[in-house]
Amino acid sequence: MDAIPAARTAKHDAPDVGELFTGFFILGLTGFGGVLPLARHMMVEKRRWLTGAEFTDLLGLCQFLPGGNIINMSVAVGLKFRGIPGAFASILGLIAVPTAVVIGLGVIYGRFADDPVVRHLFGGLAAAAAGLLISTAIKIAWPLRRDVLGLFIGALCVLAIAVFRLPLLPTLLTLAPLSIFLRSRQAS
Amino acid sequence: MTATLVTLALIFAELSLLAFGGGNTILPEMQRQVVDVNHWMTAQEFTALFALAQAAPGPNMMVVPLVGWHVAGFSGVLVTSLAKFGPSSLVTGFALRLWERFKDRPWRRTVQAGLVPVTAGLVAASAIVITHASVSGWGTVLIAAGVAIATTTTRIHPLLALAAGAVLGLTGIGQP
Repeated sequence: MDAIPAARTAKHDAPDVGELFTGFFILGLTGFGGVLPLARHMMVEKRRWLTGAEFTDLLGLCQFLPGGNIINMSVAVGLKFRGIPGAFASILGLIAVPTAVVIGLGVIYGRFADDPVVRHLFGGLAAAAAGLLISTAIKIAWPLRRDVLGLFIGALCVLAIAVFRLPLLPTLLTLAPLSIFLRSRQAS
Repeated sequence: MTATLVTLALIFAELSLLAFGGGNTILPEMQRQVVDVNHWMTAQEFTALFALAQAAPGPNMMVVPLVGWHVAGFSGVLVTSLAKFGPSSLVTGFALRLWERFKDRPWRRTVQAGLVPVTAGLVAASAIVITHASVSGWGTVLIAAGVAIATTTTRIHPLLALAAGAVLGLTGIGQP
């Protein structure tokens, strides 16, 4: 897969492989608890790889596909400018530092997990991480609060995954087509 | 060891292709696989790893290499990262070429609108599963509830909320 011709991107500062790596490397280094706003700042405003509209368009694609938005975005941007080497440079740059940091934290945790003080610290940290996830869930569900069909499908998902602990694959293969089908009926 | 790595690869490759709506939607399935099916760790350990990953910089799926590390060391990191980020990246690569053609088609909006409630339900399920495994004693219940309320109603930085939770936890108040 080679780079998509950058005919309409002539006005941009098209990055090379090294710039792709360093751009996403810095993003991975600095993005705490949500990289998306920083990603836009880096790619659109600071380095001018993309226009705002192109960024939104690519983000739409990445949200549509499986995988993390930013991970997919790094692959898409790398491919767009420099083909497969660009994609590798972008995603490796993005996950290099975070991977090293989590492994470092994992080593510390593994060594001191039995210490009561460390256990209490991680107890608090885990509870706080759960709180963040609750907040994320509320923010994602909030726009659906008056959408009976959406709430119904969402509730079925919660029942299947959190209550009955069913495997994800059959759950998704049932509920995603059902939800899309009901939407299309609603739209017509 | 090889069998473990193959199992890790299969689990995370499947998760990679099922992660519609981002990483938070696949946490319950990841937990089910590594805790209930393969018994690599307890639910509490999984939640601790998730919390560690949230405290690290970068994209929010850093729990993936961490699970790999916990289960199989450096080869585990390599296998889980490749399996989790490889398949979805290939899909992205192919879709990028088709995107221009189908981005304005009406069916794309319908599919996306149909996926929203599924994503919302899966993230809610993640919140329930992770919270259930992470709270023990009223102290941690208060921390989880406090962080949830603070980060929903104010613009407090997530890292600050995590740090506050860790400091409150350090006191050991309300923890067994």
